Amino acid sequence: MDLSLTLKGQVCDLHLKNPVLTASGTFGYGLEFSTFGDLATLGGLVVKGLSLKPRQGNAVPRIVETTAGMLNAVGLQNDGVEVFCTEKLPRLPWRDTAIIANIYAASVEEFAALAARLDGEEGVAALEVNVSCPNVKAGGALFGQDAHLAAAVTSAVRAAAPHKHIMVKLSPNVTDIALIARSVEDAGADSISCINTLLGMAVNLSTRRPALANVVGGLSGPAIKPVALRCVWQVAQAVSVPVVGLGGILSAEDALEFLLVGASAVQVGTGNFLRPDCAFALAAELPAACERLGITDVTAFRGSLQWDTAC
Amino acid sequence: MGNERLTGRPLCAYKEGMSQPNFCELDVLDLVPFGQSGKESRFFALRLTRPDWHIWQPGQFVMLRPDNFGLDLPWARPFGICHMTARHMICFFQVRGRGTQRMSRLRAGDRVRAWGPLGQGFVMEPDSPTLLLAGGMGIVPFVGYVNLHPKPWNVSMLFGHREHISCYPVDSINEHVPVDSLREQQSGDLDNFIYTIQERMRDLAEQQGLVLACGPTPFMRTVQTFAAELGVRCQLSLENRMACGVGACLGCVARTSSSWPDPHKRDSPVQVCTHGPVFWADHVVL
Repeated sequence: MDLSLTLKGQVCDLHLKNPVLTASGTFGYGLEFSTFGDLATLGGLVVKGLSLKPRQGNAVPRIVETTAGMLNAVGLQNDGVEVFCTEKLPRLPWRDTAIIANIYAASVEEFAALAARLDGEEGVAALEVNVSCPNVKAGGALFGQDAHLAAAVTSAVRAAAPHKHIMVKLSPNVTDIALIARSVEDAGADSISCINTLLGMAVNLSTRRPALANVVGGLSGPAIKPVALRCVWQVAQAVSVPVVGLGGILSAEDALEFLLVGASAVQVGTGNFLRPDCAFALAAELPAACERLGITDVTAFRGSLQWDTAC
Repeated sequence: MGNERLTGRPLCAYKEGMSQPNFCELDVLDLVPFGQSGKESRFFALRLTRPDWHIWQPGQFVMLRPDNFGLDLPWARPFGICHMTARHMICFFQVRGRGTQRMSRLRAGDRVRAWGPLGQGFVMEPDSPTLLLAGGMGIVPFVGYVNLHPKPWNVSMLFGHREHISCYPVDSINEHVPVDSLREQQSGDLDNFIYTIQERMRDLAEQQGLVLACGPTPFMRTVQTFAAELGVRCQLSLENRMACGVGACLGCVARTSSSWPDPHKRDSPVQVCTHGPVFWADHVVL
């Protein structure tokens, strides 16, 4: 069964050999997992969030296991975009699978500079814009929680990287995710990925301290899958651009649920921690899962959810 | 219960160099409780079918995720490899939290997902006088170390612990190398242990030997301080909370010192899982 697809963007398309990608922050630069599977069998891999300059990230503890999930407040530790382009990217199989650079910045101008730097990199197929970060110039308000700020980032990145597919990754920590989705679509996004982590917290009763040094962190893993499905369903109805779903996907059946509610492709995140071959196994099992469920035409299956009552 | 020797012909001779970690599903062969009979055990040797690894180094670790973790405990747990033979791999653990609690209920035939061998192990210099310093569960990686060491007469161990000696796999070590153990039971014991560490490290420094340490962080800080004062070569095995074990989640980072070899990574966070868990004592800040 051919599961290849093209995410048809407003400016740039993104071709994927299958709809299984890995989620940013859970798969390193891909190389960390290359002994557990063939990276070229994945539809694509979204690398660890890149910033213009290297970042040291937050103090430890940065991660904590919660029921059916985990919280993280790593603080976007990364080696910076230059090290990625010169040391990591050349070692990735970018001719055989889509390498998607997740980008993170503290201002619109910095986002544009990052996008411009990556626009000329042949090995980068797309940019995923992480708008779930504070805008330092706007008093720390999150870009992704304000429709105007999210749009401003999207159009700046769009203009700075005219040769790349621009995917905007939305936060679920908003009142109306469809509103933000429409706003970034209007600003020129080629596709939308959702969801980023849910803001959460864990505490230690013995020490009476937060479990994370940062106090709060992002919740991911199977615990958030129902929220992610709801968001993807809402966003897919609100926009015309393709939607990439993520949040708690562990199996081929989980992936198909996201396709059913309107996603074109999916990302595997925390699942990579349950077993390091999770994304590889999922991509390999997808055709058999389709067969078991009688899905002969994946294109027709996408977004084919039927429901009775309007919401 | 207890004092079982975790022995068997070692899987292979010690070799320098990295092995490629792989992912496999292993069967539980048995779970042997350690400790005094009559008490509910919190210490266990978990014997698993042998993973398909060609080489490994003592000090390296493995991520284990038993099927009984279900979805509610999503993370695997990192365990220092205790010992590996041609037929099985042994991990040794103390019940400390939800994961190890559930692991204490494993039975023969249960399935465990495993990936490894991971990280950097201890150096082995057959001709150097080598002192192993273990605090509590820090004894575990030294079982494999003394089993693989080609000249065990050059090795000795100092072991500090709080629980009864029968809780730990000491017999698997002292059949190869001499072990001095000190149990911390009353005030003064800790000072005595620290004094003994310092004296033994001083001897090693005079012999230009090697000190390898594994144990709780305060213990490691003490060893690190003495290593710097005495100028003795010393490696420390760190333990941090991990989700992936392969360098991706960035949860387990430790801070490098200004002596870290790569100038770009000095005074920076580095992953304990891939750059460690064993570090040269002067390379990290504890």
